[in-house]
Amino acid sequence: MSELVIRFLVGGLIVSLFAMLSDALRPKSFAGLFGAAPSIALATLGLTVLKNGRAYAAAESRSMMLGALAFLTYAATVSWALRRYRVSALGASMVLLPLWFLVSFCLWRLVGAA
Amino acid sequence: MVEFKLSDIKDTTPLELVMRFGFGGVCTAAAGLIAKRYGPAIGGLFLAFPAIFPASVTLIQAHEKKKKARIGSDGTHRGRISASIDSAGAALGCCGLFAFALTCWKGLPSHNAVVVITVSIAVWVVTSVALWEIRKRRIFGR
Repeated sequence: MSELVIRFLVGGLIVSLFAMLSDALRPKSFAGLFGAAPSIALATLGLTVLKNGRAYAAAESRSMMLGALAFLTYAATVSWALRRYRVSALGASMVLLPLWFLVSFCLWRLVGAA
Repeated sequence: MVEFKLSDIKDTTPLELVMRFGFGGVCTAAAGLIAKRYGPAIGGLFLAFPAIFPASVTLIQAHEKKKKARIGSDGTHRGRISASIDSAGAALGCCGLFAFALTCWKGLPSHNAVVVITVSIAVWVVTSVALWEIRKRRIFGR
C-alpha cells in the first residue's frame, strides 16, 4: 500500500513538473517534446530497481520501447486529425487513445512476447 | 528560437494543476500494479503511456482560444492548430522516449542504475532536440 502511495506521489510530481515546463516553453512544437517526456518511467524505474532488481527494470524498459512506438503512432494521428477535421483536442486525444493500446499490444504480440 | 516564459505558467488554474498531478499519479501507480499483476513485459508498455498528453493538448487549445477571445476573436481554429503542432512535437519526443528506453534496456543489466537513468535522460533530451532541430531546419527537405 505504501509503495502505491509513493508511486502516486512521485508520479504526480514528475508529470506535473514536465507539464509546467511544457507550458512555459515556446514554440509549441518544442514544448510538445515534453508531452512525451519519460515521466512515468522516471517515477517507476528507480523504485523498480530498488524492489525487483536491475534485470526486471531492463525487461520493463524493453517493453517500454514498444509503448514509445505506439505513442508515436498515437501522437502523429492526433496531430493529423486536428489538422484534417474540425474536432476538439480533447475529443481527438480521447477517441484515438485506444490506438495506443492497439498498437502497443500488437507490437508486443509480434516482437515483445518472443 | 526557444523561449522560456514563466508568465505562461500563470495561465494554468489550480484545478488544472491538481488534475495533472492526480492523473500522473494514478497512471504511475497503475503502471506499477499492472507490472505486478502481468509481469514486466506488459507492465513496461505502460511506462510509455501518454499520461499527460490528452490533458496537455486540451489545455493548449483552451489557452489559445482564451487568448484570442481577449482580443474579441474566435480562436477555435487557432487553438486546434496549436494543439496539432504540440502533438507533432510530442511525436518527435516519442523518438527520444524510444532512445531513453533503449539505453535503459541495454545499460541496466550491467551498470549502476543511477548512472544509466541519468545517461538515458541525456539521451532523451539530445535525441528529441536534435530531431526537432532537423525538422525545423528542414535538413532533409519536406
